[in-house]
Amino acid sequence: MSIFINKKTKVVVQGITGRDGSFHAEQMKKYGTDVVAGVTPGKGNTQVAGIPVFNTMEEAVAKTKANTSVIYVPPAFATDAIYEAADAGIELIVCVTEGVPANDMLKAVPYVKSRGARLVGPNCPGLISPEQSKVGILPSTIVKKGNVGVISRSGTLTYEAIWALTLAGLGQSTCIGIGGDQVIGTNFIDCLKAFQEDPATRAIVMIGEIGGSDEEIAAEFIRKHVTKPVVSFIAGRTAPPGKRMGHAGAIISGGSGTAEDKIKALEKVGIPVAASPLELPVLLKKLMKTGKKKPAVKKEVKKSTVKKTTGKTSKKVSSRARAPQKKTVTVRKKK
Amino acid sequence: MKVHEYQAKQIFEKAGIPVPPGNIATTPTEAFEIAEKLNKPVMIKAQVHVGGRGKAGGVKYAENAEAAKVLAQKILGMDIKGLTVKKVLVTEAVEIISEAYIGIILDRTTQKPVIMVSSAGGVDIEEVAAKTPEKIHKLYVDPVVGLREYQARNLAYKLFRETSQVRKTSDIIMKLYDIFWQVDASLVEINPLISTPGGEVLAIDDKLNVDDNGLFRHKNIAAMRDLDAEDQAEIKAREADLSYVKLEGNIGCIVNGAGLAMTTMDLVKHYGGEPANFLDIGGSSNPQKVQTAMQIILADPNVRAILINIFGGITRCDDVANGIVAAFKESKPTVPVVVRLTGTNESEAQRILSAYRLPTADTLDAAVKKAISLAGIE
Repeated sequence: MSIFINKKTKVVVQGITGRDGSFHAEQMKKYGTDVVAGVTPGKGNTQVAGIPVFNTMEEAVAKTKANTSVIYVPPAFATDAIYEAADAGIELIVCVTEGVPANDMLKAVPYVKSRGARLVGPNCPGLISPEQSKVGILPSTIVKKGNVGVISRSGTLTYEAIWALTLAGLGQSTCIGIGGDQVIGTNFIDCLKAFQEDPATRAIVMIGEIGGSDEEIAAEFIRKHVTKPVVSFIAGRTAPPGKRMGHAGAIISGGSGTAEDKIKALEKVGIPVAASPLELPVLLKKLMKTGKKKPAVKKEVKKSTVKKTTGKTSKKVSSRARAPQKKTVTVRKKK
Repeated sequence: MKVHEYQAKQIFEKAGIPVPPGNIATTPTEAFEIAEKLNKPVMIKAQVHVGGRGKAGGVKYAENAEAAKVLAQKILGMDIKGLTVKKVLVTEAVEIISEAYIGIILDRTTQKPVIMVSSAGGVDIEEVAAKTPEKIHKLYVDPVVGLREYQARNLAYKLFRETSQVRKTSDIIMKLYDIFWQVDASLVEINPLISTPGGEVLAIDDKLNVDDNGLFRHKNIAAMRDLDAEDQAEIKAREADLSYVKLEGNIGCIVNGAGLAMTTMDLVKHYGGEPANFLDIGGSSNPQKVQTAMQIILADPNVRAILINIFGGITRCDDVANGIVAAFKESKPTVPVVVRLTGTNESEAQRILSAYRLPTADTLDAAVKKAISLAGIE
């Protein structure tokens, strides 16, 4: 088993004739994903890598019974692509496109939900369930079939973490990048819930970064509802202090959004936080031996982690702590 | 992206929000002319992208046009927190009975726009929020339904009791909410919203931040970017589609992906070094971007070693390698360059770089340690 995607996943690629779309459609197909269709308006009745191309999502779904879509269209058209997929009856919409306006997503996310569908992203690498299916851009060479679930807000950092697990002999059930934008369709909690219920997942790796308070909220959810072992990594301990978003930013943020606060919240509920992605499998193996969420030698783990990770930077960060530096969290737009 | 107060004022005014009359001046003479035309006492306000400009002496009251000229002379060219004042906003000075606050921001936790109002507006609004949060009233708006008139009215009643003022304020809140959507704002703010002895309600200071991702459909706002307010290297980086933030350390970092770039910086610090910068070359990178990244980092005199960390997915390692070669051909770096390339077309990249015998490492941690040791920092 796995979460969100499996052998039954039938994928339609939105924007299949573009540079990224065609390349990754082929990559997915090579990996064994059931890519049944592509959509580019005006390019119907053609083929890309042997995949039939349709003009509309409606037609693609009617003809191929696709249940999942992946979006590679440019940011100006991505929001519309999401609506089109939801209206065509797609159950899982993965939006890889980065640079989608946040305010567009404020409306699109509830709309997709109202259609009974799930949106992953935007600005995300997508998902891969090793030896079953890949939807998105995650490099398939770094994964290995196994029972660790990986959730991340990042792209390449996710690869780094997966690669560290694979090298240490820890395979994955599903790896999912939920995207680094402010407004996203699927959050940590949706994934934690799914991994908790997935019999093929024995342990979870959660990768966060500065900004917002999703990690803090996830920590609280894990304390209450997750019995499987969880380890974490948070990027941005040395991120420069935020240029505040006017007065409103300071007022609304409540929590500071710093790595330090997130690490504190996670460690408080017994989730070990790695100092480096390489340390993730080490911590996870320790936890999986005991089979429990909380570390058996809690004090020791905590002590070493705190010393290693927050000791040097904590003072500086906290004295300058404010809303996160937006520049550092925003990934540049693709041309 | 932040726009200046005078630019936000233009946008707010166009949307029908009442603002005091005024104009922008770049010379004392222009300030004189604007004040003379208004024929009333005026406020001279420095246009810089920093908070607390009033406390820094960047906002002054002038009784008449002569005084406006003298004060504009003082403020123009003034340094406020490292930024030089090049423009001043000259507006009619109005008598103030009360000061309120209105702000709208995207709240990522609830994934809704939140409207915040307070009758305790003015320069100390942050202190108000910290010490007496009950004085800040919040409304989370359903983005699909939009803001209903009764909701705006209820918020207005938190600020005023008098019916005509409530009506005017309610109207301002509705219009501000519209602006939030129309320009892809991440923040719109009026602080203070004042009432006058005549019962008028006016927006005295306007703030607008626009989502960078929305700028493609707001060319007029994109053109408002103030390049003077930004670091030269950061401008160069943005033009090359790189994301760069200069820091104070001495290990230059070139990475693909924001999360991995932050992680690389974190590990530099963790192993005893100091990162010189954040630099994300982004997704599908061409060699030219890598070359520009090298130029930017080599121009930083603090840099003692460069660490290139690429985990290829969309990014192809051979593209990056070609960029490194081009940068080396252009100017041989005088500092050690540690290269760690993993993922897509990794072996091709190693072949391209083999002639240069650059120090390398298998893992990120090992690469970071090597860069620190080669930098010769104890």
